Amino acid sequence: MKAGRIITLAIMLLLVWQLIVLISGAPPYILPGPWPVALAIIHNWQELWPHLQTTLVEILLGLLIGSLLGGSSALLMTLSPLLKRWLLPVLVISQAIPVFALAPVLVLWLGYGLASKVAMAVLIIYFPVTSSFYYGMQRTDRDLLELARIMGATTPRLFRYIIIPTALPSLGSGLRVATAVAPIGAVVGEWVGSSSGLGYYMLYANARMQIDNMFAALAILALTSLSLYFCIDALITKLHFWESPKELIHEKTY
Amino acid sequence: MAVSILPPASVRLTDVSVDYSGNPLFDNLNLTIAAGKTTCILGPSGCGKSTLLKLIASNPDIEYSGTITFSPPDQEVSWMGQNDLLLPWMTLHDNVMLGARLRGEVSRSTEEKASVLLRSAGLAKYELALPAQLSGGMRQRGALLRTLMEERSLLLMDEPFSALDALTRLKLQDLTVSMTRDKTVLLVTHDPLEALRMGNEIIIFSGTPADVEIISDLPGKVPRHAAAPDTARLHDSLLRKLMRENHESR
Repeated sequence: MKAGRIITLAIMLLLVWQLIVLISGAPPYILPGPWPVALAIIHNWQELWPHLQTTLVEILLGLLIGSLLGGSSALLMTLSPLLKRWLLPVLVISQAIPVFALAPVLVLWLGYGLASKVAMAVLIIYFPVTSSFYYGMQRTDRDLLELARIMGATTPRLFRYIIIPTALPSLGSGLRVATAVAPIGAVVGEWVGSSSGLGYYMLYANARMQIDNMFAALAILALTSLSLYFCIDALITKLHFWESPKELIHEKTY
Repeated sequence: MAVSILPPASVRLTDVSVDYSGNPLFDNLNLTIAAGKTTCILGPSGCGKSTLLKLIASNPDIEYSGTITFSPPDQEVSWMGQNDLLLPWMTLHDNVMLGARLRGEVSRSTEEKASVLLRSAGLAKYELALPAQLSGGMRQRGALLRTLMEERSLLLMDEPFSALDALTRLKLQDLTVSMTRDKTVLLVTHDPLEALRMGNEIIIFSGTPADVEIISDLPGKVPRHAAAPDTARLHDSLLRKLMRENHESR
């Protein structure tokens, strides 16, 4: 049922795309249709594949490092209220500065390679991961904490068995957002300065008026982001096994 | 069926005073909780029943003056509240062993002990079930077993059955009495009948700061039958007493 819905949605989106091409009468160098883009993907696959690998590594590394950093920050803030008072403003500052504006600085400092793109992705996902995990842990039932205190719980075990599982649904939301925005960080980083990656390839194809190739890179990027999102979503749903997702409003009621 | 290794403990509160937002909740309260018996605390909401349990459990949020002494000294307590507090991500068996897990004391013998307890409470079939798959009564039985698993000499129970339906409540009262025989149990309740069925002693709290009245000469063995003439008579007089005090305090 789910697979059928996804296929139907994909076909509908492709049809809408084709319709826009037909109705607007846009020339192929402005908006190519789905068919020329599919052909471009097939013809240029050898060329696109290394760029996809680069971007994928940037996104995955960004996600991994950003999640680890965000998770550790949230844990530290929960463990030490004093540290929280110092870290929380840093967290807000990390969001107050537009991360895209930092891209040229990061490229200047970290070079044209992988590091600057990973840093961009890390900066983008640090806040959603940290805040969702921190506030998720804060929601631990006080009575449960008191029960654990009476039982003589050690701090690491209290986190392992009670606090972290409590925060898992909230952390899951943060990780889903992070997965959706991490590719933005990587691609913006590539646009500012790089010699490989799908973002770089898009600029390269654009400069040579190979618009179908540009759209091919965009389509692959969208598919990669979607696949990544669904993988993380499935992983989180599996980890959060004790609660099956429910709709708030029963469909038959309305 | 009683699970008891440590000798039961008694608790003595001497000149204990507690202020709650500037209002005195206890003013030089003196009270002894007898060892090896079930003491039920009755009283209206807000009279400090739960605060007394928290005091005995050394809750760091409660500031008090006076002394609380255990005999034998340095006792550890176990706790059961109105909510079962079962962890939804753990099986019933793991929930019963929660204390051992949190202290890093899980062994083959603790696992076996949890299974024995579950069998004795008629929950063997549900060992591997998650709390969401259990009824309210089963969950509260699980919480009771988790409390007993701790093998502490003093059990503190804060309205443990108040969220259950009447029939399940009666069954759980019987189970609790049979499994906590010879232990020191301090049980807070709103329900005079529950106190009469389970208590060797009843302490009535009234007013603020709390006045204390102790009824210790209760006839018969626990769990008392709800319809027994003695229980019915005592229930009636207890209700009259509580209603009179409630009326006077208004």
